[in-house]
Amino acid sequence: MVEEESLRVVRCGGSELNFRRAVFSADSKYVFCVSGDFIKVYSTATEECVHILQGHRNLVTGIQLNPRNHLQLYSCSFDGTVKLWDYIDGILIKTFIVGCKLHALFALACEDSVFVIINKEKPDVFQLVSVKLPKSSSQEIEAKELSFVLDYINQSPKCIAFGNEGEYVAAVRDFYLSVYFFKKKTTSRFTLSSSRNKKHAKNNFTCVACHPKEDCIATGHRDGKIRLWRNFDDEKKYTYTCLHWHHDLVMDLAFSVTGSSLLSGGRESVLVEWREAAEKNKEFLPRLGATIEHISVSPAGDLFCTSHSDNKLIIIHRNLEASAVIQGLVKDRNIFTGLMIDPRTKALVLNGKPGHLQFYSLQSDKQLYNLDIIQQEYINDYGLIQIELTKAAFGCYGNWLATVEQRQEKETELELQMKLWTYNKKTQGFVLNTKVNMPHEDHITALCFCNAEKSENPTLVTTSKDGHFKVWILTDDSDIYKKAVGWTCDFVGSYHKYQATNCCFSEDGSLLAVSFEEIVTIWDSETWELKCTFCQRAGKIRHLCFGRLTCSKYLLGATENGILCCWNLLSCALFVFRPSEPRPLYIQKNISREEVQWGVFVPRVVPESFTSEAYQWLNRSQFYFLTKSQSLLTFSTQSPEEKLTPTSKQLLAEETLPTTPFYFILGKHRQQQQDDKLNEALEDELVQLPLTENIPAISELLHTPAHVLPSASFLCSMFVNSLLLSKETKSAEEIPDDVSMEEEKESVDSDEENNFTEQVQDTNNTDLGKDIIHQLSKSEEKELRKFRKVDYSWITAL
Amino acid sequence: MGEFKVHRVRFFNYVPSGIRCVAYNNQSNRLAVSRTDGTVEIYNLSANYFQEKFFPGHESRATEALCWANGQRLFSAGLNGEIIEYDLQALNIKYAMDAFGGPIWSMAASPNGSQLLVGCEDGSVKLFQITPDKIQFERNFDRQKSRILSLSWHPAGTHIAAGSIDYISVFDVKSGSAIHKMLVDRQYMGVSKRKCIIWGVAFLSDGTVISVDSAGKVQFWDSATGTLVKNHLIANADVQSIAISDQEDSFVVGTAEGTVFHFQLVSVTSNSSEKQWVRTKPFQHHTHDVRAVAHSPIALISGGTDTHLVIRPLMEKVEVKNYDAALRKITFPHRRLVSCAKKKQLLLFQFAHHLELWRLGSTVATGKNGDTLPLSKNADHLLHLKTKGPENIICSCISPCGSWIAYSTASRFFLYRLNYEHDNINLQRVSKMPAFLRSALQILFSEDSTKLFVASNQGSLHVIRLLEGSFKHLHTFQPQSGTVESMCLLAVSPDGNWLAASGTSAGVHVYNVKQLKLHCTVPAYNFPVTALAIAPNTNNLVIAHSDQQVFEYSIPDKQYTQWSRTIQKQGFHHLWLQRDTPITHISFHPKRPVHILLHDAYMFCIIDKSLPLPNDKTLLYNPLPPTNESDIIRRRTAHAFKISKKYKPLLFMDLLDERTLVAVERPLDDIIAQLPPPIKKKKFGT
Repeated sequence: MVEEESLRVVRCGGSELNFRRAVFSADSKYVFCVSGDFIKVYSTATEECVHILQGHRNLVTGIQLNPRNHLQLYSCSFDGTVKLWDYIDGILIKTFIVGCKLHALFALACEDSVFVIINKEKPDVFQLVSVKLPKSSSQEIEAKELSFVLDYINQSPKCIAFGNEGEYVAAVRDFYLSVYFFKKKTTSRFTLSSSRNKKHAKNNFTCVACHPKEDCIATGHRDGKIRLWRNFDDEKKYTYTCLHWHHDLVMDLAFSVTGSSLLSGGRESVLVEWREAAEKNKEFLPRLGATIEHISVSPAGDLFCTSHSDNKLIIIHRNLEASAVIQGLVKDRNIFTGLMIDPRTKALVLNGKPGHLQFYSLQSDKQLYNLDIIQQEYINDYGLIQIELTKAAFGCYGNWLATVEQRQEKETELELQMKLWTYNKKTQGFVLNTKVNMPHEDHITALCFCNAEKSENPTLVTTSKDGHFKVWILTDDSDIYKKAVGWTCDFVGSYHKYQATNCCFSEDGSLLAVSFEEIVTIWDSETWELKCTFCQRAGKIRHLCFGRLTCSKYLLGATENGILCCWNLLSCALFVFRPSEPRPLYIQKNISREEVQWGVFVPRVVPESFTSEAYQWLNRSQFYFLTKSQSLLTFSTQSPEEKLTPTSKQLLAEETLPTTPFYFILGKHRQQQQDDKLNEALEDELVQLPLTENIPAISELLHTPAHVLPSASFLCSMFVNSLLLSKETKSAEEIPDDVSMEEEKESVDSDEENNFTEQVQDTNNTDLGKDIIHQLSKSEEKELRKFRKVDYSWITAL
Repeated sequence: MGEFKVHRVRFFNYVPSGIRCVAYNNQSNRLAVSRTDGTVEIYNLSANYFQEKFFPGHESRATEALCWANGQRLFSAGLNGEIIEYDLQALNIKYAMDAFGGPIWSMAASPNGSQLLVGCEDGSVKLFQITPDKIQFERNFDRQKSRILSLSWHPAGTHIAAGSIDYISVFDVKSGSAIHKMLVDRQYMGVSKRKCIIWGVAFLSDGTVISVDSAGKVQFWDSATGTLVKNHLIANADVQSIAISDQEDSFVVGTAEGTVFHFQLVSVTSNSSEKQWVRTKPFQHHTHDVRAVAHSPIALISGGTDTHLVIRPLMEKVEVKNYDAALRKITFPHRRLVSCAKKKQLLLFQFAHHLELWRLGSTVATGKNGDTLPLSKNADHLLHLKTKGPENIICSCISPCGSWIAYSTASRFFLYRLNYEHDNINLQRVSKMPAFLRSALQILFSEDSTKLFVASNQGSLHVIRLLEGSFKHLHTFQPQSGTVESMCLLAVSPDGNWLAASGTSAGVHVYNVKQLKLHCTVPAYNFPVTALAIAPNTNNLVIAHSDQQVFEYSIPDKQYTQWSRTIQKQGFHHLWLQRDTPITHISFHPKRPVHILLHDAYMFCIIDKSLPLPNDKTLLYNPLPPTNESDIIRRRTAHAFKISKKYKPLLFMDLLDERTLVAVERPLDDIIAQLPPPIKKKKFGT
């Protein structure tokens, strides 16, 4: 079905949205932000991602509207190019090859060149240079004409600002502000005189902004002060005003379009608007959730945008009301929980905001929701020891969620709490059921639900460094007031006072494997009897996993020194692998620039069918992994064009349709079509494909001026055909589905084999990932898939 | 330099009174400061901010306004309803004139200096004509409803702005009628306060009126239309004072929170002529209300309830790095308030309205260098002498033998005889003072306590012989012909032969007491004298000036000594010249003629004339060399200036005998503790 292509590593989301200031389009309809190697175009009204501008081969470091054509966008990247985009259609217009790493980009209205920050010689000496963009019709143009403006500047674009329509540029670094006047070709430098004495030791400049109308430069400082510099064309008569509200460093500053107010933000997560630059006249927008990293202002002046450290953009109205939130994958410092898949939503689950668990949809690259686990106010201060969410696990098909949080101030003072959450169907969310204080005496190393189909009683096992593992079961907790269930400890097991490090239930739930450092013990889950022990001492066990289906007689363990052990439970025989010895199914090198920290297999919604042996492991699930900078990557065989989601195309086409009578007929027709689809609950996604295909045809028809259109008779058949097409495909729909089902059956065996090899690959990585593979029963899977399909058609109908 | 036993005295409970008004005179570069007790002080800004003149206060004369007019004439007005002119030569009040409008709250001299305007309690604004020797009432302006708290002339002299309660009136000077009444918003951060008091107004030549008020606002008004142009909310408390520079490109306001804000007129963009007022830097040098501010061409001057006079230079206006380029904080008067009877170990402290006599404690313990010795006998408060009448004490002195005390107010001179009978003290006033002894600027007893020297405010010096219980007037040295300048500093030689006297500006005169005639005059120097003393045996006169120069003049030879010439040729150490406060007292070691002991408020110094002088490369403030070091190294690193900064702020230091020093300190914290509590401000993180 799908043509076999080479497997590629694809960035599928999670990259930083807050790396640089967001940029608004001239009409404030769109907001652009850099996101890894891409530029994302979001609608400010719907928060929806409209386009992803792809083309750069490395991190995009700066974007700016083309000042002479506000429908175009400049971008620069570490790959040494400046690209010009048409963001409405999402196409690349031109590429200017500069050649060296570009760290930031500035464009001015009056000149035909752009300013970029480069570092040429030494690693941390940055220069601001202007690059002349030659006029040429070709797609790729070499732009080598650099002229030097300022040396020894800060690499962050927040530390550079152009003022008074490009008459001067202000740059800050450490303790000084330098202003370069383009006309006079002179530089004035202002050093904070008191920088050396202790009281003013935190005087460092952090950011700079220039007043749009007046000769006024605002600078932010590490001690939270904002200074407004004036008269800076005279090195002696310069003067400044201080504004002080922030208690910690000022992260970014921005003037409103008219210059009547100044916006500032920092770690307090409060956007401060200083009106008339007066200390007493300020407005606040508090509780923005996380540190404000960047502030930008729309050219129309009606919107502000703040970028936050939790990878979120907030669109704020002029009257300081947040109007939209664009949330990416939250980047926490530490992903203690690893990557998990919520069995219900198929969302990726990991540590989010401090004390929260985030549910992140991989399909739409969007955060679904945050679950507050710790439920305490987060106090943002350096040196404070916070409560950390360390472990989480889903059980019983997403009906239960277990979380562990800990806080350790001193060696002996460990605060430990385990919480069990039940899924509430009414509220469609998790509700706290049981809170266990100090479930163990020491750190909890692993927790695992029994996911057996037949088990009527949910069971949870926790292992801890205190040498015990505990079995928790759900019991009736009803009293005279209400019916309730709660979790209680059922059994405590230990093995020779060794630290319990891992636990795993077999697929049918009959056996429990618990590893104690180097020893693996097998317990009967009915009676909690120790069945047998494996003590081969191949090294400390880091991961433990039972085989599935036909391979359920095997128990796999990964040890600290890179050895994979496999025990046959029937014969109690041991196979030991080294990653290099057995033949791995697939090895991909150079997958990422950074260290890979976590990996997870996510079941596919629609299974693929690769015939090639090398890719068979991708048939039923997709492997996602998270790098150190927390960008989410996956393997894909699809070409980048196919990756473009059909929804975004449709959205755009719809938006550009002029409202003619013709459009209304068409719009009605389509609605009808969607109603039809709703009636048929079992409809496949394949229905959608021809529909999306014919949309360009319609839009073409609508956009082409009437005088260049071919005759109506010629168009009629084509147009009618395009509308009829969807009905035709309906009959053909069932066949591919059945085919895939059959293939699934066939691939079951090989899938298990693959599980095995995936483990091999995991150990290749320095930090081993924990993978959760949910093997659903046939009927359930089918049902689930149907659910997905219904869902999908709904979204497109919107 | 030897070791001393030091009496560290901290029981002098001197609290300076708060500053109420300051007035800067651009012509003579002098600053007049009035305090809440009615004292008026004149600082010479050209001479390192030396307080060269002062007019003693008076209980009923609370000054509310102070202004210079017509060049050198100084006027003050107060709540007793009188306008007072001061005689800057004779250092007394020329005349006082009732304005007949109740308490006077404000006063302003016209830009050409010919007219004086006062604002009174009854809402009247009265115009006075300044005649060469008096002022004369001219007319009343339209009477307003409530008291006039602030006044300002338009630089052309055609209009005035008057700040009252809740509104500002603009008057036309010719017609005397109010042409505009500009109402001030009472609202303060959304809360309606009862009243909005206009504490200060300033009229600019372009017709803008700047007002400061009790709601914390600085407002700009257009006087032609009577409309508000711009509003700056700068404080949560009252803004109490405003002063504008002569160029009208910057002004300064002081708030009740102790903050001083600087406003500057800056151009909006570099290539346009449009300018706007911008609040630039805040200065927090005060803890209490800033009641008065002044704007000199190079500095912002502020003073308030916390008694400090702060001079903050504008760095952009200061061309070279000199004395003017540093922040100055003047707290203590530049004159002696303590006198000492060495033989009896008595200290006389001078307060505004009383004198205190203390006997120093004593100890029998001994210890190493740096030890604090326990007292075997505590200091005794022997005497509390209250003045009669409402006037402040100008000067006081105790004789070296401790049996005479003399003090003077502005109108009376008092002399007391003390008799000690064991622990009891018998105080006896010497009555029948002669008519010429009415008021003294400086009093000095000779070393053997037989003669009293009194510098009167007419410029004459009286010499009086003291006998048991009575006295005899010996002679009066009349001032040099043509000058009426009064003498403020006196010094007598230990042998009683020579008397040196110095005025505020002219040179030092040396009189021969035996022959009762003028011996010689030390050549005049540009800077005023801050301290004088005559060395024993050699009769060398040591003079300290406000620019921190020290001269040594040999009286018998009538010329500067060789040491003085050497040090003038080589120059003083730059750190010595950058010191903050003037030298207020000089004394000598009776056994070591090469030593000169002097002190200012922050250091105590012994100049050893036998040692080489320091040059700019040597360390001036060297710590005392450790005693175990060999003599040669000590010799090499040693220079003539031995400085100790251990005792500060130092009000008085003298040698009691060869091995004992007395140091009178007044810690600033003790003063602050006696002031009213400042406005409470929320401090972040507390």
